[in-house]
Amino acid sequence: MGWRRWARTKSPWVFHFSTGSCNNCDIEILDCLTPRFDVERFGIQLVGSIRHADILLVTGSVNRRVAPTIRELYAKAPAPCLVVACGTCACGQHMFKESYHTMDPLDAYVPVSVYIPGCPPKPEAFISGIVKAVHTL
Amino acid sequence: MKVQRYTHETGRNEMRTLFIYLVFPGFAFTALAGMMASWLERKITARLQWRVGPPWYQSFADMAKLCAKVALVPAAASRIAFLCAPAIGLAGVIVASGLLGGVDLGLSRGCPGDLALAVCLLLTPPLSLIIGGAASRHQLALLGVRREMRLTLARECPFILASAVPVLKAGMTLRVAGLLAHQQAHGSFLWSPSGALAFAVSVVCMQAKLGYVPFDASEADTEINSGPLIEYSGPLLALFRLTRMMVLIALPVYLLTLFVGGAVFRGWGIGAAVLEYGVLLLLITLIKNTNPRLRIDQAQRFFLGPVTAVAAAAVLLALAGR
Repeated sequence: MGWRRWARTKSPWVFHFSTGSCNNCDIEILDCLTPRFDVERFGIQLVGSIRHADILLVTGSVNRRVAPTIRELYAKAPAPCLVVACGTCACGQHMFKESYHTMDPLDAYVPVSVYIPGCPPKPEAFISGIVKAVHTL
Repeated sequence: MKVQRYTHETGRNEMRTLFIYLVFPGFAFTALAGMMASWLERKITARLQWRVGPPWYQSFADMAKLCAKVALVPAAASRIAFLCAPAIGLAGVIVASGLLGGVDLGLSRGCPGDLALAVCLLLTPPLSLIIGGAASRHQLALLGVRREMRLTLARECPFILASAVPVLKAGMTLRVAGLLAHQQAHGSFLWSPSGALAFAVSVVCMQAKLGYVPFDASEADTEINSGPLIEYSGPLLALFRLTRMMVLIALPVYLLTLFVGGAVFRGWGIGAAVLEYGVLLLLITLIKNTNPRLRIDQAQRFFLGPVTAVAAAAVLLALAGR
């Protein structure tokens, strides 16, 4: 493993973005930072700017208003940046499929590397998904 | 005009100076020590929160990862200022650490007025933040820049007053070597009433200069998306982070030099200096973890009100010989 690959796997910084979720997935993401799961021991940090991120965590079913924003956000991320779809809404729009306010699922707007299904997924599922994403960096 | 002939002796002196500023105790040493100190601060924070925390090599992995990423320059940004801003702060802290460390450890004699020079050099990291944030021309960055400017103006007033106390007590000397010599002969300034008050003020100002809670309104991660650093990425962001880690060494060393007598390069001197630094780092981390973030107007009122009043009282006590 080269030094670049080592550094990327040991220091994945995460930017969390909700495209109109109910907040359950967002709460479970924050749970990963609490003492019970403590993802900081894997080098994972929640960052405030997409320019600082290696992984873009997306929750919610991507409504019409936020669709251009998620594209713009992905374009602003410096390479390499992976997209992780968190929750069944982000994976395939769940119960909001064919609703009046949604169009296409997340992977129609940005390339998704890892899908974490669940409503909401458990923190263990998030950690498993991020570890799988990190190893593709 | 007298022209100095370049001799083998002057060549050796120049190599020695370069070594002090670039290797030990300058850039290389301060960067490595800063990364370890940053890790230690995160580890102590984690333990206070009943977490495990990151492994010892985390700061190195963070730096390496950032250097391996692409550095994006926004189209609307002022390109030259955006690219040069990180280097300004880093250069300032490299010279400050070499200057303070060199005199502390007896490796160099410093120069007249080097204390004032150190104070100015330690102002370059927030200055580089202001320049970089303004150059990025992002709304949230400009908001962070305004906050950083307000905070800098508010905290430098009591910080300079507190730094004047050792100068007054040591007979108006502005040389770091003079302050150290006075403390070695008469005891450290910390054990006098004026010195203790000035030290307390300096610790509070140091917390703000490091950009730590409760004075991190300018870079508030969750509120204004990292403020002045919002548009920085890759190696440019790595330079800002490295500067902050080096300031985590340089500022406590500055405080220890002024109030405790620095590090004496013999006997238990180095061990005592490391212990003193550890106590300061623990204090910084405890303050960070036990306080909420202050709004910028609250922080400004705090520094220009009670903190400046205590600093002024320390100066008056110093003038009265206490």
